[in-house]
Parts: sequence; C-alpha cells; structure tokens
Amino acid sequence: MSGLTIAVPRGALFEGTLDLLDRLGVDTAEVRSNDRKLLFAEAGIVTMRPSDVPTYVEHGSADVGVTGKDVLLEQSQWNVYELLDLGYGRCRMVVAAGAGDPIGSALRRLGRVRIATKYPRVAARHFADTGRQAEIVEVKGSVELAPLTGLVDGIVDLTATGRTLEENGLRVVEEIGVCTARLIANPVAHKLKAAEIDRVVERIRS
Amino acid sequence: VTSPIPPGTRDVLPDEMRELRAISERMRATFEEAGYGEVHTPALEYEEVLRRGEERAAGARYRTFDEQGDVLALRSDMTIPIARVVATRYTEVEPPLRFCYFAHAWRAIERGVGEPREFLQGGLELIGADAPEGDAEVVSLTIEALDAVGLRRHRIGIGDGSLYRTLLHELDVPEDQHMPLLECLSRRDLVGLERAVGDLPERELLVELPTLRGGAEVLERAEALRPLHDLLEARGVADRVIFDLGLVRELGYYTGAVFEVYDPAVGFALGGGGRYDELLGRFGRELPACGIALDLQRVHLAQAAEEALG
Repeated sequence: MSGLTIAVPRGALFEGTLDLLDRLGVDTAEVRSNDRKLLFAEAGIVTMRPSDVPTYVEHGSADVGVTGKDVLLEQSQWNVYELLDLGYGRCRMVVAAGAGDPIGSALRRLGRVRIATKYPRVAARHFADTGRQAEIVEVKGSVELAPLTGLVDGIVDLTATGRTLEENGLRVVEEIGVCTARLIANPVAHKLKAAEIDRVVERIRS
Repeated sequence: VTSPIPPGTRDVLPDEMRELRAISERMRATFEEAGYGEVHTPALEYEEVLRRGEERAAGARYRTFDEQGDVLALRSDMTIPIARVVATRYTEVEPPLRFCYFAHAWRAIERGVGEPREFLQGGLELIGADAPEGDAEVVSLTIEALDAVGLRRHRIGIGDGSLYRTLLHELDVPEDQHMPLLECLSRRDLVGLERAVGDLPERELLVELPTLRGGAEVLERAEALRPLHDLLEARGVADRVIFDLGLVRELGYYTGAVFEVYDPAVGFALGGGGRYDELLGRFGRELPACGIALDLQRVHLAQAAEEALG
C-alpha cells in the first residue's frame, strides 16, 4: 500500500478490511485465496489475529493496522495513533445475565458480583465507574458458558447480533459501548511516512 | 535455582557493552567539542527536591527512606537533577551553561512486558540560552551526535507544547472542555478528539491542527516556531526536522518547543526533550533552558539496523 506495511486482522474484521484495501487499490487477491500464508510482502500486508495488531503496529513492524476498538479499550496504553473510525465490524460491549436479576441480587445479598469476560480491564473499569464491587473472572473461550454453570452472575462480552447470548438464555442488561474497526498507526511512521499515511486517511474519508 | 532480575532491567555483557560504550564515546566527543561538559549526579535524590521540579517528581517511582526517615527517590530523568546542580553549584556563574550526561534513570513499568524499568540516557542541557537560538543549538547538536554514531536517517520532530492550549483559548472554547480534548491528544486518539470537538466552532481547525506535520509549509499554523525553522535552515539542518503541530510531551515542565527523535529502524522515539524556562526558577535561579535526552539502547538498535543496510 504505497510503501506502507499494513497489519490486517483475520476473523470478523477480515472481509471488511480487505474490501477497504480493494477500494484503496491494493491487490488483495492472493490474501483472499491463501488463508495459511501470513505475510504478503508484495501487497505490504501482514495478517494476524485482531488482538495482535496493536502489538505489531506499536513496535513498527507494521506502519498502520486495523483492529477493533474493543482491543484498544482493553489495553488503553497502546503507544499508537488512533486515526480513523472505519465504521464496519460494529459490535456492542455489553453486560449480560440470565433470567431474573442475578447481578442485582448478588450485589444486594453478597455485596459483590462475579463477572466472566475476555475483557477483564474493560469489565473492571465499568463496574468501578458505576460504583459496584465486582470480582472479574477471566476466561479465554465461550464466555456464555460461565453463568450457565454457576461460575459467575453475569458476563461482559462483545456482541454483534445478540443471538449467541439469546441461545444461551442470556440477555443484555447494560451497554458499555459500541466498538467498530479502527485504523491505527505507529507514532514514528506517522511522522516519517506522513504523506503516505495522510493519503490513506484522505482516501478512506472521501 | 533461578536467580532473576526485575522485569525491565538487564545485564549487559562485554560485546554489547563495547558497542554501547562506543556510542556514548562518540556522542560525548561531539558534545564536549561543542562545550558541553559531562556531569554526574546521585541516582538517589530527596523526593521533595525532585518534586520542586515537577509535581509528580517527573514520574520517579522508586522510593526508600534514609536513616532520618526522609524519603529518597531514584531519579527518573537527568533534567531535574541538573537544574538543581545549576541553581545550587553555579549560583554566580555567568550563563549560558552547557552540560551533557550519560546516566541511568528509572521509571515504573506501566504495562508489563518489554518496557524498561532502568534505562541508559545520553543527553544535553543548555541553560541560560533563550528560544529560539538555544533550541536550534540543541536540535542541531543532537542531529550531529547521531550522525557521529553512524545513523543517517534520523529526524527530529519539533512541536510547540502550548500550541493546542493556546488555540483553545483563542477560540474561546469553554475551560471545562479543554481537559478532555488535551487528554485525547496526549493519548494520540484522533477519533476521540474528533468526537470530543463535537459542534465546537472552528471544528475543522481543532481536528486538523494536531495532524499537521512536515516542513516549513505547516508553520502557517504555528508561526511561533518559524524563527526556530529559520535558524535551523541557516545551520543547514532544516531538512532533518519535522514540524509536528500535534506533538505533546508527557512531562509537565516544558514551556515552549518540544522535541522527539525518530529513526525509521525503531518503532519508538529514540528520545525527546524541549524547552523548560520555569524549571530553574523553582530551584532558585531563574534561567531559560532547553535540553534533550536519548535512550542509548534504542540508539544502539537504530545503529545496528543502519549497519545491516550497508
């Protein structure tokens, strides 16, 4: 991409990001057809899981990258520029729980609520900001399982349609924020490759 | 048995040490040649004295007590200790005063992996020289020192720490909205900045100004930096600086121009600095001043990458 290396997230933001690159005139055919290869030097693309994008960009191994706002929120001290809200990959970060009011009743009777999440910092900040004591349980896999087995009273998770929550008998009880794909840049590249980065930002904006 | 050292600290073995020493020797020679004498100050200072320089003691994190129960802190930079030295040991000496240093400093690890807790800085302080002449001297000497180390692609970013604040005042943006905007700026969150600007008048200017960076063409929006540009041009280094209207530095003692040093081989700034005209006064001798510090391990990374290019 005009002399820039871009970190592209595989997973939910993959298609949207490749479509965006197509519009910028980057040849993404090889990236689309080869899902095992990770580095596409000719197109200036490196692919990785979304949560790794800020790491590569922060260290300058990629000049720019696309990642979800959820990833940026979870680790708020990334040393990167957040340049643009790309609009796609729209999800909500929510608190969800089962029938009744398990969160409220835990807080009332036990003075604290147990919350499972893949986003421990976001969850801890949300409950601290709303003046409630929470014990955060970090899980790596399907968060929906945690309240069903009695591990926790509720969860904090990202949801696009809410269907997975519903199918597991959970409902959204609070919205923490909306997360979309973001264009980020390495701070040194932002200075030394200013013209290239500005050109990309302008073309996406227009 | 394993006998660990704290995360963010490191042992340096002879091969690396030799190279680090060669870097500092070349920088020192450049600085000495320009009249900057090397100083050394205690790693431990009274915390209260560091706080006189900056309310958070410039981020000094490691504290202990001495025999009298006084709080000692490990310095987090060399600028405050040198300001103290000038105000206490050079009370009568006619300025300008020029010092350089090669010393360790310590800061907290905020995020865990990869951040240094202890780092080796090489830097210089020019005390008693006003802007913009003093700034130009510090910037061009930094470029020269890195040339001497063998870097070729380094650039110095130059901003004005008070530029955005001044703009907010000029546009009569209500005081209570300043903090959220400035916080977005220091977090480099331009999406958040655009949102925080919202419907304020001159919306475009408020959003665009911090993204302007480049050569003399951006100075229309930052006329305060033009005299510095002209001096750098006269010194033949104007093409090696980037004027960056969004540049902010964390430390609270900067009062004018701020600097950051970049090399394409390293994803992080090699160092930074700026003008701090009020710091010396807090230690009892009012003098304008300006300085810059480089992280020598990052300079070493850039040097290794430069050599690999051949």
